[in-house]
Amino acid sequence: MEHNGNYKNEFGWFADKPTVPRKLFHAKAVVGGLLIFLILVTAPLWRNLGKVVPAPDPKLNTQAILALPEKDRVCVEDTAFMKANHMRLLVDWRDEVVRNGNRDYINSKGKRYLASLSNNCMECHSNKSQFCDQCHNYVAVAPNCWGCHWEKEKKQVAQTEAK
Amino acid sequence: MSIKRREFLRLAGLSTLLGLGGKAAFELIAPGQLDAQTYAPESHALKAKRWAMVVDMRKLDEKTAAQCIQACHLAHNVPDIAKPTTPAAAVSPEDQVRFRIKWLWTEDYHNAFPGEEHEHIQEKLHHLKFLVLCNHCDNPPCVRVCPTKATFRRPDGMVMMDMHRCIGCRYCMAACPFGARSFNWRDPRPYIKEVNLNYPTREIGVVEKCTFCDERVSKGQMPACVEVSNGALTFGDLGDPKSKVREVLRANFTIRRKAHLGTLPQVYYIV
Repeated sequence: MEHNGNYKNEFGWFADKPTVPRKLFHAKAVVGGLLIFLILVTAPLWRNLGKVVPAPDPKLNTQAILALPEKDRVCVEDTAFMKANHMRLLVDWRDEVVRNGNRDYINSKGKRYLASLSNNCMECHSNKSQFCDQCHNYVAVAPNCWGCHWEKEKKQVAQTEAK
Repeated sequence: MSIKRREFLRLAGLSTLLGLGGKAAFELIAPGQLDAQTYAPESHALKAKRWAMVVDMRKLDEKTAAQCIQACHLAHNVPDIAKPTTPAAAVSPEDQVRFRIKWLWTEDYHNAFPGEEHEHIQEKLHHLKFLVLCNHCDNPPCVRVCPTKATFRRPDGMVMMDMHRCIGCRYCMAACPFGARSFNWRDPRPYIKEVNLNYPTREIGVVEKCTFCDERVSKGQMPACVEVSNGALTFGDLGDPKSKVREVLRANFTIRRKAHLGTLPQVYYIV
């Protein structure tokens, strides 16, 4: 076969490897656009650079809790369980109360509690903004309990104002 | 592989022993753990086979009715759309009717019992204001159409609402022939003058209705309206022949709203 070079591709033999122009078309626009995109995407990082978000610090110093003797300052379950499972416990309470009419919760030690968010939990933890919201805001979860259930915090404020 | 008869008997015996003694052993090692993290009804809860109500219109004057309605609405944070607490929440007169939330309200005879009226009806029926509420039907059409089972019939006959599940489709409102269900077109909180902090409100987008005061019955109390009705309302167990409702039903002629529709309403009226 006749040829005049030492490089072959599907079109035949060539003397030199054909060169493709290595050029970025519209370089200014492309690079500029990419830069803007990167800045926009990382904007939240830049905006919060150097800011220290305080670690959540749920407060347990409500009047109702402080009024209890030291050894009785326990939740319906122990702290580790509540930290990990309070949301599941509340969902179970909700289903048992509303659907099965079981309004009492018997805890792991056999003690009975009223299974009620507003009428039991919030009696002790009457400081929603200092307790619930601390961690919920930190991890950016927004439980929709408070659309219907009363946070008793406002009541306390109203009562102290009345005094 | 085979098992000898002696071996089989020994195994069977041992498993039986373990089964019988297991719970006792568990109680010894960890007392209370076996029955732990369970649920039970409140100890004072009133129990019934079938809750029902009798409204005695001979004893129910308009003042008592208003008293009952007020007690109900206060106990359950029922909003009064016509009376907003802030001027910004005010709605037009037409919307006050459309957005109205009804748990317990009054109707004229011809509205409460359509088809039962005629031209020459007893004079007093023109003036009676019938106290109406959810009928807690035995065959509730609202429950049948609810796509999420947010409304359901309890074994004791109460037709309950699970607000957590309601998606606001309003099928139940279309199904209920008594208009006993109301949709929250607005956030109800700005329309509640006096607040009961021990009972939740509802949110925009859910349907609500009378629940026969399940939260009070579970504490051993009578429904809020019955308590202030001066004997005009009777609440009790239809399954118990000695109960007050059965006694009242035996002694009087009673009618029910739209009984011909077959929903088996369980609120009875003595006219």
